[in-house]
Amino acid sequence: MSRILMKGNEAFAEAAIRAGVRCYFGYPITPQNEIPEYMSHALPEAGGAFIQAESELAAVSMAFGASASGGRVFISTSSPGLALMQEGMGFLCSAETPLVALNVSRGGPGVGGIQPGQADYIQATRGGYNGDAKLLVFAPAGIQECVDLLYKAFDIAEEYRNPVLILADGMMGQMMEPVELPEPKGITPEDKLNETRPWAITGTDAHPGRNVVFSLRMQPDELEAHVEKLFEKYRRAEQELVKWQEYDLEDAEVVFVAFGTVSRLCLEAMELLGEQGIKAGLIRPISLWPYPYQAFDKLGSKTKLVVSAELSMGQMIEDVKLGVKGRWPVALVHRTGGIVPGSREIADKTRKLLEGLK
Amino acid sequence: MDAFLRDMAEGPRKIAVVGHFGTGKTEFAVSLAFALAAGGISPLALVDLDIENPYFRSREQGDNLEQAGVRVYSDAYGGKSATELQTLDPAIRAPLEDERCRVICDLGGDPEGARLLNQYTRYFREDARLLFVVNKNRPGTDTAEKALGQLRSIEAMTGLSVTGLISNTHLLRLTGREEVLEGWTFTRELSRETGIPALCACCPKALLPELADADLPLFPLGLYMRPTYLDRPV
Repeated sequence: MSRILMKGNEAFAEAAIRAGVRCYFGYPITPQNEIPEYMSHALPEAGGAFIQAESELAAVSMAFGASASGGRVFISTSSPGLALMQEGMGFLCSAETPLVALNVSRGGPGVGGIQPGQADYIQATRGGYNGDAKLLVFAPAGIQECVDLLYKAFDIAEEYRNPVLILADGMMGQMMEPVELPEPKGITPEDKLNETRPWAITGTDAHPGRNVVFSLRMQPDELEAHVEKLFEKYRRAEQELVKWQEYDLEDAEVVFVAFGTVSRLCLEAMELLGEQGIKAGLIRPISLWPYPYQAFDKLGSKTKLVVSAELSMGQMIEDVKLGVKGRWPVALVHRTGGIVPGSREIADKTRKLLEGLK
Repeated sequence: MDAFLRDMAEGPRKIAVVGHFGTGKTEFAVSLAFALAAGGISPLALVDLDIENPYFRSREQGDNLEQAGVRVYSDAYGGKSATELQTLDPAIRAPLEDERCRVICDLGGDPEGARLLNQYTRYFREDARLLFVVNKNRPGTDTAEKALGQLRSIEAMTGLSVTGLISNTHLLRLTGREEVLEGWTFTRELSRETGIPALCACCPKALLPELADADLPLFPLGLYMRPTYLDRPV
């Protein structure tokens, strides 16, 4: 299959359809509006259902219902929209209902702005919902990677019976890139749903007895046992789903840690530092939860500094410190408010931090 | 100045750039503005009429264009607002009225984006041209039928006729000689079907040596809108 040129948001919508999505519920918010726009015409053509909800809270609730009845469901939004969806995310985790959600994130807090941001990291990895639960979170650094992650995410969500969140910032939604789209997957026929999703509410003709998808557990011992069961899945995720990529770690004097758009900036900053005789490397987490803490164990004696580069006031840096375990100094290079720094700015700030160590 | 640029410098004064969403209209419009400015064309204005996209709008090159001698018009906030407010600077009419000023108008994609031209229609009835940018690698214009559908819908929306075709088939950093040549063949096919002249084939500046022997009117693209870090393969 040949490559075509697509805007991120168009490619994400098409990838979801090719992954077998037939239900999409959304509410417009920049910078992801091309997704509901695309879904509004492409999903009915694919035999699916597109509904523009009256709010993000309604969208996630519709998604909950469609998934509970066995549908392969996709929702997308941007930062303030995901804040509204938090209640639903907790319910989906508790009710063990699969879902893939995409956050094309922008600047915050509050309504914030519409330029790219990464200040939803804490929300994504620690949750803005109540209770003990985790989202399985992946952060692509390009359109092709996002398409590939989305394509797989639905299988992960269904295997774990837990929502998967793809955190792609606004730049990725709005930029264009050549992309190779995956082959369309078949969808599970309705009369086979009982085999693939025996827990789903598909009518008593399809399964004996009644299925109930719920999150209310009034008995403390029952609730504790349920949460323990959820955390068995999360411990398995920590074994199976951790994903990261390393660049030039060997001999690196300074190691950047960055995800999404910022990792590309760091790759350019590494070249600029190299021109000044400073060897720099990069750890690019792809799974944000579970976080690749083990990536830091590979850093050697030449490393003098670990730099968390972020489009926020410093959120991932908390995980970087957990991975570093006090072995190297950790510093932050960042911009916020929707400003994407230049690679020169990142390189200059990093050089100054290194000089400050001496 | 080559023949294409001379035509842009001396032909009809008002140039509107239209086409399917994501074909590279903005990159073409900005490169054309820099090229005309470098060729000494003054006064020269670039009017950013894209109120569809929140990112990658020609106003982002506003400071650089102004430095090169191009007047830039966009939203009512002097192009400094990073919003998608559907506001336009009332001063946009100034360069359109000013008969000494050459104007490039960069529209949003699709008929919906081109709709903005409707409030300026009277300026485009004469001494004006409507350039349609074609990129064969975009799924919405990858066949002559689809590209023609886009072209006719834009004409229907604006009540204006497309006067020239701009070939801009590319794959960003993966663009090679083949893309440029195939794109030109495709645009010429559209030209034969419509009778609208194919004016040039856009080519990233770095690729020009590879096409030195090719017999087609190349227009060098500066890739001003594309930050280099976006082309770091991860």
